[in-house]
Amino acid sequence: MLSYHNWDRRLMQLLDDGTRNKNHPVQLVTQNVINYGGQMPHKKQDLIDQNLQDLNDDGVDRRGFLKCMAWAGTGLVWTMSGGVPVSRAFAKSVDKTAVKGADFTFVQISDSHIGFNKPANPDVTATLQTAINKINAMPQKPDFIIHTGDLSQLSKPSEFDTLDQVLKGASAKQIYFVPGEHDMLSDNGEQFLQRYGKGTKGTGWYSFDQKGVHFVGLVNVANLKAGGMGSLGHEQLEWLEDDLRGRSASTPIVLFAHIPLWTIYPDWGWGTDDSAQALSYVKRFGSVTVLNGHIHQIMQKVEGKVSFHTAMSTAFPQPAPGTAPSAGPMKVPADQLQQMLGITDVNYLVSGRSLAVVDSPLGAGSSATANAGGI
Amino acid sequence: MDRKRGNPNHDRGPAFVRRSRSLTAADMPAPGSAAVQIDNFVFGPQAITVPTGTTVTWTNRDDIPHTVVSTDGVFKSKVQDTDEKFSFKFDKRGTYAYYCSIHPKMTGKVVVQ
Repeated sequence: MLSYHNWDRRLMQLLDDGTRNKNHPVQLVTQNVINYGGQMPHKKQDLIDQNLQDLNDDGVDRRGFLKCMAWAGTGLVWTMSGGVPVSRAFAKSVDKTAVKGADFTFVQISDSHIGFNKPANPDVTATLQTAINKINAMPQKPDFIIHTGDLSQLSKPSEFDTLDQVLKGASAKQIYFVPGEHDMLSDNGEQFLQRYGKGTKGTGWYSFDQKGVHFVGLVNVANLKAGGMGSLGHEQLEWLEDDLRGRSASTPIVLFAHIPLWTIYPDWGWGTDDSAQALSYVKRFGSVTVLNGHIHQIMQKVEGKVSFHTAMSTAFPQPAPGTAPSAGPMKVPADQLQQMLGITDVNYLVSGRSLAVVDSPLGAGSSATANAGGI
Repeated sequence: MDRKRGNPNHDRGPAFVRRSRSLTAADMPAPGSAAVQIDNFVFGPQAITVPTGTTVTWTNRDDIPHTVVSTDGVFKSKVQDTDEKFSFKFDKRGTYAYYCSIHPKMTGKVVVQ
């Protein structure tokens, strides 16, 4: 639980970060707004608005966007078109139509932590089921689901079995996985590979293509070094460079991995030590989307043509960086839990090569798109 | 409200604090033993100095699993869930650096004299 005191401290830090870095001043603030689910004190909202107006020189209506976020505390639409990132509130979004006419749709779920049974969520199986129900209710059936890791809490066979049972009920039959650190606890991930990583390379990395978009699943939770953060390792980086070689720069790229591939908070290990190397390989591409989990909250950042996005967990929320003594599960009142868990669906339009990322909490509407139209 | 975690189950200070306020026989480590607690993703105490032959016991008091893994491969715990313990007896002098292989930012060391 977060006190106003913590909130103040974090807010000032964020605003300070934003002032110093004008290229992407808003993303962390956005994340905070989402975390607070519309409960932001008015004064703080004014402060953010003022600050964002000063920084807002790119034509994106972030003020309105954030305001809507503050009311709704729900989700956001984020599109990339011709390398120009545009974020909008749901209500202004063209993505209502984009969702309907998208060339394909996929959903990201993350951090289901099956087997976790402590506050604030003693029944993570039920909340995963809610997420699957939400996906099944989407008007456009997703082509596939990506799970960005921490399927289980303790890598136990029974936990994986339970996960499989719930996922069986998903309308999308194709599910792509990458492991989280919780999935490789006792056997260096062998069981994970057997169950979810057949045909992958190394500790479970691979790539595939879907209607012209190139997807790459990466593993940054294996062989972690003392004192470090996430790690891809030399072998995987070489493979990635090779995998991307020769592809047209106009190919949209989606990278997904468990731990964020950008440094969010090193003190808590929320980053990947050698991610800069990986990102150097995608620099030449016109549209790159990076999807991660691990931190159980939404954060996003745009850097050049690369957009970074982290998803909510389906199990339990974690505190905003630096607002708690550790990254342990955040205890929230039961009636607030479902606002802090959720899914992310991504729509792709071939014309314009744009990706729209929509986050929606489990506790709102019957589906992400219903939500998009409803605000 | 517990300032540390907001969780009453975690409203327990580091081991050395507890012992200093309750010096009962039951709370004292057995001769030749020492304790390290895992709280809030931190090994406490982070560095511990013990005589040769001491058995050190780590207890995970977080809601999240951790491991205790020697950087040089001398010892390696299984995954420790909440309240689980791992012990290792140090028979040789030296400095033993260790970390949590799941959360490698968590590091500690045992100095055996």
